[in-house]
Amino acid sequence: MMELQKLTIGKAINLGLRRAMEEDPKVLIMGEDIGKLGGVFRITDGLQKDFGEQRVLDTPLAESGIIGTAVGLAVRGFRPVCEIQFEGFIFPGFDQISSQLAKLHYRTQGKIKMPVVIRVPFGGGIGAVEHHSESPESLFAHIAGLKVMAISNAADAYWGIQEAIRSDDPVLFFEPKKLYHSGALKMEIDTEATPSRVAASQLVREGTTATVVAYGPSVKVALDAAAAAEEEGKSLEVIDLRTLSPLDLGPVFESVRKTGRLIAVSEAPSESSLTSEIAARVQQECFYSLEAPVLRVTGFDTPYPPAKLEEHYLPDLDRVLHAVDRSLSW
Amino acid sequence: MPSEQWTHPEPGDGPAAIAAQPSPEQVIAGLRATSEGGAELTQLLTPEGQRVPSTQFDPYVADVDDETLRNLYRDMVLVRRADREANAMQRQGQLGIWVPLLGQEAAQVGSGRALQPRDMAFPSYREHGVAYTRGVDLRDLIGIFRCTDHSGWDYKAHGFHPYTIVIGNQVLNATGYAMGQKFEGKVGDDDGEATICYFGDGATSQGDVHEGFVWGAVYDAPLVFFCQNNQWAISEPTERQSRLPLYQRARGYGFPGIRVDGNDVLACLAVTRWALEQCRHGNGPVLIEAFTYRMDAHTTTDDPTRYRLSDELEEWKLKDPIERVRAHLVRGGGAEPEFFDQVQAEADEFAAQLREHTFTMPEPPPERIFSNVYAESSPLLEQQRAEYLSYLDGFATAGEH
Repeated sequence: MMELQKLTIGKAINLGLRRAMEEDPKVLIMGEDIGKLGGVFRITDGLQKDFGEQRVLDTPLAESGIIGTAVGLAVRGFRPVCEIQFEGFIFPGFDQISSQLAKLHYRTQGKIKMPVVIRVPFGGGIGAVEHHSESPESLFAHIAGLKVMAISNAADAYWGIQEAIRSDDPVLFFEPKKLYHSGALKMEIDTEATPSRVAASQLVREGTTATVVAYGPSVKVALDAAAAAEEEGKSLEVIDLRTLSPLDLGPVFESVRKTGRLIAVSEAPSESSLTSEIAARVQQECFYSLEAPVLRVTGFDTPYPPAKLEEHYLPDLDRVLHAVDRSLSW
Repeated sequence: MPSEQWTHPEPGDGPAAIAAQPSPEQVIAGLRATSEGGAELTQLLTPEGQRVPSTQFDPYVADVDDETLRNLYRDMVLVRRADREANAMQRQGQLGIWVPLLGQEAAQVGSGRALQPRDMAFPSYREHGVAYTRGVDLRDLIGIFRCTDHSGWDYKAHGFHPYTIVIGNQVLNATGYAMGQKFEGKVGDDDGEATICYFGDGATSQGDVHEGFVWGAVYDAPLVFFCQNNQWAISEPTERQSRLPLYQRARGYGFPGIRVDGNDVLACLAVTRWALEQCRHGNGPVLIEAFTYRMDAHTTTDDPTRYRLSDELEEWKLKDPIERVRAHLVRGGGAEPEFFDQVQAEADEFAAQLREHTFTMPEPPPERIFSNVYAESSPLLEQQRAEYLSYLDGFATAGEH
């Protein structure tokens, strides 16, 4: 039955969590302040009221504790979904993520499954204090055994969170916090439809002049840049990666073979990052198709600056267009 | 020498009480290898093999007759013999490393034998004796140390989680598992389930252990925290981890803590059974500090002569966990001399099998590198696997010509 709803990203995640919990009684949600408060971003609003305190756990305040107990619950057969309040607070849990969550399946040659999701609001642009605006996704994409997703729109948020929960692998699910409640990004979603798969890159705008690849909050920047470029007679193709590990670069290679140019956009610092990986593999696979070097528009290789400076730090429409011009002038 | 008679000053205590807090020497004396482990040490069998009556704990070993004691003795002898064999094999270059349990047989066998098949144990990396009590074939375990495998047993069938090398990680994992037992309603009576988690004195300094205590208490998890205080975290002594005897830490989290003679298999069995009973009935976690001693090195890469005195070792030799059971059995007529000979012969055969298995253990094929990284494999890994196997095939082809 068609159940069309116009949803923000935040509400889409909420409904995705709700549907996953309804479908599988082994799905638990756990984190700080996620019950009565509904999370600091209200993403889990109303879930504890409907599913009870044993399925929506307001936990003590310690990230290693949240993730480490989720690992044990998964060994027991549960499917925990952890919320980390802000990406900058995930590091106390890094040990459990990298040492246990990512490796137990490998260590036991598949005897232990780790169906754990860690939801991580990430990225800047909200004018926050230190540790609240970072983009550490490359650190997790580097760890074998983890899947990393980063969604950019409400439909992918709704289906993606359910896909992550259904996965028998551990998933780091990065959510663009700046866009959680954006009315402009509301999408009409058939919430009763058969699930559509999110674990693959998606062509979100066709073009011929150059390819722009992005993920998470940067997809909106790329799309805005493509709209502006069109007015200047340039046709940008935009690809949303959606899954950062394992990376699905097939559509990127295909696009670069068509356009000959690639600009990779991300808020994260550039050194040893996902955009580095994209650049390396594109030059390896598309060397004879490239008309210019792969260019990157990223955050700088600095700690995240005080928020009064973040408009300079974050890739924006103009920096993307500038990179397109540099690519075209090669 | 004063040991654990002192108490910490409480809020509101006057200057005299604060001034009366223990000197560093008193703290060390309270924590370290005092001959009896302090006034609150639970012991049912003295180092001389004398039975010590206990109103609280005797009911928990009322079923332990001479035959059961002989079995516990046999367990410890087999485990020690396997440990010594593995240690020797490492010295001969057959194992990459070994983690000796010498001296900790009673803590491991006593606590392990207290478990029911439905219970779950989360070990650290020295729990070969617990593994044995859980029915894990030590031949499946030795691959970890020959570096052919990370974990070679079925954790679910044996109720024995894979070894955890990172100090303290498993405490949180065990806590989560025990929370799951609670959420599933598996506690409440004698038939309830419980989890036991093993860690060392050094691990108690880790944040994960603190968090495990917090979570365990908050969720009333049916979880026995079993700390084997073997006095040394590689070269760091217990007093480098705590100003309090470790079992007393439980009070701060709101659950019972108890110190047991970790070289007394009977006491370890009784105290662990009691703790598991608390858990099964839904009363939340218990911390057991098994006061014991690591008689060998931390691992075969370690050199304990650099940091501890031989006097200490000699003192602990007198409290050997196996010899006290032997003395008790001999004194009470619970075993004939032939029994001890028979167990020794069995242990030698056990060790020989372990050795033979180790020597003939096949090395894993190279494609194993790529197996089971994910439940759902990734295209990149498939590509890497194919490319690497093709590369290796190139060598084989070259060799044929």
